Amino acid sequence: MTYKNFILVYIGLGENKKRDKKIHDDFIKKLIEHNIDDETQVIKAGAHKLCDTGTIVKVFPSNTLYKCSSREDISNIIEKHIIGGNTVSDLLYADHYREQIRVVMRNCGIIDPEAIGEYIARDGYAALEKVIFEMTADDVIEELKKSGIRGRGGAGFPTWKKWTFTKNVDSDMKYIICNADEGDPGAYMDRSTLEGDPHSILEAMTIAGHTTGASNGIIYIRAEYPLAIERLEIAIRQAKELGLLGDNILGSKFNFDIELRYGAGAFVCGEETALIASVEGKRGMPSPRPPFPAVKGLWGKPTIINNVETNANIPMIILKGGEWLASIGTEGSKGTKVFALTGKIRNTGLAEVPMGTTLREMIYDIGGGINNDKAFKAIQTGGPSGGLIPEEFMDTPIDYENLQNLGSIMGSGGMIVMDSDDCIVDIAKFYLKFSVDESCGKCAPCRIGGRTLLNMLTKISEGKGELSDIPQIKRVCKAMQKASLCGLGQAAPNPVLSALRHFEKEFKMHIEEKKCPAKKCIDLITYNILPDKCIGCTMCARACPVNAISGERQKIHVIDQNLCIKCGACLKACKFGAVSCQ
Amino acid sequence: MNMIKLEINNIPVEVETGTTILNAAKKVQVKIPTLCYHPDLVAWAACGICVVKIEGSPKMVRACATPVEEGMKVITHDPEIIEVRKTVLELILSTHPNDCLQCPRNGNCELQNLAAEFGIREIHLEKRLRNLPIDDSTTSLILNPEKCILCGRCAHVCQDMQNVWALEFVGRGDDTRIAPAADAKLSESPCIKCGQCAAHCPVGAIYEKDESNKVWDALEDPELHTVVQIAPAVRVAIGEAFGYAPGTLLTGKTYAALRRIGFNAIFDTNFGADLTIIEEGSEFVQRFVHGKGEIPLITSCCPSWVDYMEKYAPDFIPNFSTAKSPHEMVGAMSKTYYAQKAGIDPSKIFMVSIMPCTAKKYEITRSEEMFSSGYQDIDVSLTTRELTRMIKAAGIDFNNLPEEDADPILGTYTGAGTIFGATGGVMEAALRTAYFLVTGKELENVAFTAVRGLEGIKEASIDINGKEIKIAVAHWMSNIETVLNRIRESRKKGEEPPYHFIEVMACRGGCISGGGQPYGTTDEIREQRIKGLYLDDEKSTYRCSHQNPDIIKLYKDFLGEPLGENAHKYLHTTYRQRPIYKI
Amino acid sequence: MKKLTPKTIRAFREEQKAALYDNTKIRITIGMGSCGIAAGAEEALETFREEVANNDIKDVVIKQTGCIGLCYAEPTVEVQVPGMPTVVYGKVTADAARRIIDKHVIRKRLVNDLIFDNPTECAITL
Repeated sequence: MTYKNFILVYIGLGENKKRDKKIHDDFIKKLIEHNIDDETQVIKAGAHKLCDTGTIVKVFPSNTLYKCSSREDISNIIEKHIIGGNTVSDLLYADHYREQIRVVMRNCGIIDPEAIGEYIARDGYAALEKVIFEMTADDVIEELKKSGIRGRGGAGFPTWKKWTFTKNVDSDMKYIICNADEGDPGAYMDRSTLEGDPHSILEAMTIAGHTTGASNGIIYIRAEYPLAIERLEIAIRQAKELGLLGDNILGSKFNFDIELRYGAGAFVCGEETALIASVEGKRGMPSPRPPFPAVKGLWGKPTIINNVETNANIPMIILKGGEWLASIGTEGSKGTKVFALTGKIRNTGLAEVPMGTTLREMIYDIGGGINNDKAFKAIQTGGPSGGLIPEEFMDTPIDYENLQNLGSIMGSGGMIVMDSDDCIVDIAKFYLKFSVDESCGKCAPCRIGGRTLLNMLTKISEGKGELSDIPQIKRVCKAMQKASLCGLGQAAPNPVLSALRHFEKEFKMHIEEKKCPAKKCIDLITYNILPDKCIGCTMCARACPVNAISGERQKIHVIDQNLCIKCGACLKACKFGAVSCQ
Repeated sequence: MNMIKLEINNIPVEVETGTTILNAAKKVQVKIPTLCYHPDLVAWAACGICVVKIEGSPKMVRACATPVEEGMKVITHDPEIIEVRKTVLELILSTHPNDCLQCPRNGNCELQNLAAEFGIREIHLEKRLRNLPIDDSTTSLILNPEKCILCGRCAHVCQDMQNVWALEFVGRGDDTRIAPAADAKLSESPCIKCGQCAAHCPVGAIYEKDESNKVWDALEDPELHTVVQIAPAVRVAIGEAFGYAPGTLLTGKTYAALRRIGFNAIFDTNFGADLTIIEEGSEFVQRFVHGKGEIPLITSCCPSWVDYMEKYAPDFIPNFSTAKSPHEMVGAMSKTYYAQKAGIDPSKIFMVSIMPCTAKKYEITRSEEMFSSGYQDIDVSLTTRELTRMIKAAGIDFNNLPEEDADPILGTYTGAGTIFGATGGVMEAALRTAYFLVTGKELENVAFTAVRGLEGIKEASIDINGKEIKIAVAHWMSNIETVLNRIRESRKKGEEPPYHFIEVMACRGGCISGGGQPYGTTDEIREQRIKGLYLDDEKSTYRCSHQNPDIIKLYKDFLGEPLGENAHKYLHTTYRQRPIYKI
Repeated sequence: MKKLTPKTIRAFREEQKAALYDNTKIRITIGMGSCGIAAGAEEALETFREEVANNDIKDVVIKQTGCIGLCYAEPTVEVQVPGMPTVVYGKVTADAARRIIDKHVIRKRLVNDLIFDNPTECAITL
């Protein structure tokens, strides 16, 4: 017996769970009342975002979304829609998933990345055909200009300008490089795009080659992405078989070949000039710019370096026109951006939203709010080059300029949400340590300044900081920002500076009061057993991995502070609330 | 050439396209401080000291690496820029040892100069030294990575300028250090001891092994008869330590200073140069005219070049002149010919050579032929810098010394001998004598300007008695690969080699820019020193080596024939292949 | 395979479209991005294949796809059965896979608690 209709009731979390479950049960009851329970299935589905004003319900086969708050609503839906076949307009819920606009991820989750036929079915390589046979190079660049697309790797440089520089240089060899080194911790948008839709990148690079006069493409991909590498190799092979890559593409006189080069575990090789050095077989150390790679890059030849996400936009811009992309986004930041939303939120994952979406929408609507109902503290954007943004700026629309003004950057799209259990000093230390580890060591401000800053922050987190440290920290940060040779060093102080700017109180607490409010910095917290609560059950002593707790049965237990490693096992083990962490 | 108009600190200036902000600023008397920058090398742009502001941009750019643009408005000094530079310098100083007073660069250090210029009085940042061991495994150079500020000059000189690749950046981040590949010891690496790394190092991270103690000890020893010789390149550079302009000829004062220091006899390496020409010129005639031996003939007076050849190009061993280098010849003669003439027990002779070169410290024990006199022919080789320190330590007022002469027997020289210190000089000297040896006539015009100058590879041809001799002169080692490959190509094709006679000097400009010369050598200074040598040549009584009366006497009284038995015993050496890496 | 030209690519594209959007078959699409695989998508894939074979279900296409962005709910599987709504299941363990075959594919009932919103069905799809 097959059902004719399906009603999906989204069951929320926390308090909404009970409410939504009730609606679910009421639907079933109502259907039984109307005697159509054998043709309509009601099921519980996982809620995407919190809706405090009602239960979200989806009706199939019409794929209609409703918001239900009462039995009356349920009756209306069943009578008017299920039985009557009409939409109940005042119950329609239009907000759902309006947040995402999938341009870059248009094929991810729909096609098999290892089947070129499916890519072609979804208009794949139609843009390339248009570029080769119906457009001039100037036409292509005009569309890019109209679209307003800016480099998605983080720098946000207008793509049309880069392509123009390279197109205008007279040279026997030119190169198109796709930067797939994605080094930011917590960022995996490019990985997903390459694993889910590798042909979009190949097509974009070929378009770039045709427009600027290059015949050689290189995808510089970090070796830590073996699945993406495999899928790219398959895609390249398939494209060549069908004449969409290699010699005489689509029967034209245009040749374009793409090879893969692997990174060797250096974040700095995501920087253009260091990437070029790496491809040339040298140490991955940046060079001064100018000359810019677009004019003088790989092997001294004009070279375009575009990020994976920037590339993924190109075929769409060609097919739908630059104006179409420009209709999405804000004045200064057009189009969409893929964000990797991670951290202390419920719905971690990738989301592609139009520029201008607010941070609040990202965290609550898409992210589903903070895990375990803890308090929101900050959101970190842009990876180790970005900054921390606190609650008061949550309604900021996301675009390049706004984030920069807040002391952060868009970066490649990593967004990490922090709650009250995260310590700002600890976070700043974490990002700084990453930059220090990844520093290539060439220039003094980054090589020496990074470690000096890290040591100063470590001192503060150990309770040995002084107020006079803060101006020194700011001075070194300034020197790194202004005098480092490349973006790694220039941006490494950002987490520290933004932490100082937005969370100065928490910093001062570490310095003046030697306290860590998030209870993260182990030198600033002590675990104690409260004598008036301890009943001597010995659970804590048994849980302690270093035997720091002593006490006889039914006698008050004591923690030896010299042995305690602040792991918190005792706190978890105690059922009587007798262990306190200060 | 396109000209570009810009403003520096509101001062208008016009320069050629491609000029950097740093050089444009010099035109309007604005000195932007630098540290890692060196005019010999492509701007490495690492240290961050030379940052400047450009109106309209929030960023600061490096003046050494940024070309000017039309209408650019540069600000080189304002409180913000100065604060950033000072912080960067403090960061560098915070990882640098505080032992200036015991450092070989005390008073002569680019980091010290910057710290003084910036008025550093306190370093607010934590001191953080790296605890890396000193490498003194070679005879000539000492690496002290604790002092290294990672300016990269040594690595780039060794790789790009010299093509030896003994030094490279190793490690990453603040673990970065400059060392031979895989942290090998310098003596295990391809290092040819040319000392260009030391000559370019701004601080005391690479420097020559100071052996002046051995010389002081010998001078104190009443038993020893101390003799000394100075290289041609020394006389035009030593003045720089005493305030003279580079290139000032100070031969007479140097002799005087050496006498004051206490040497028993003062000789001149230029005598040895003349001797080398007699031997090598004869060698050339043998090979080229009489067909006995490989063509091209390649000069061998540069020990770094010899080391490079033995490691990287052993296929050219048969082409090498077997003649020793000039100072070795003087050394051998001092413990035989001179000892006889002066009636001194050769075992008591202590021979010191003052060289612009750090590789000579390696050369003097290179093979058993360096002991041809029965004793070590040269006991110690000191660099110009070491001699300078000795003169100062001995309390000698160099500037006001009278001019003196060298001692006879091994002290006189011709113009051909003195130009040995310049690139092209050995070739020119050899041709002057080769012409005589082949035709029996003296040249009317002895100046071969085609082989002079700082161009990396100089080619020329001269006609001797109807025969065309094709010559090449190469200096700074990265040029030699090109020349050798041309010969290898012709060998493969079975053609005649493109050259008959080749001169190679490892250092740019020749020995005048050697690893042991006064610090701060630039092309401008090289040209001045070279000019000084050619001046010395022009005012010499004799312009050709074979005209040196003392040389003629030497052969007559002692050596016999050029290339004869005695000459071979004392004045010639052999070569063998050596491994590039000794691991 | 013959190389495509502007003339032949059009026909090829139409062919491929028809195959891709053919909803006369049962389609089970498993997200096989690194996030999915790390969460156990390969196991789910195996189980689906097994169950389809064991139950002798005809006209089934089991395919892979990339990451749809629902990383917190991986492994994700889109199930399309003619006559029923196309839904995305999340947290598909081997057990859940069996339930999906049994309830959804065979008995034409959606499975409770495992359905998630499909992000590819957002405001503007292309």
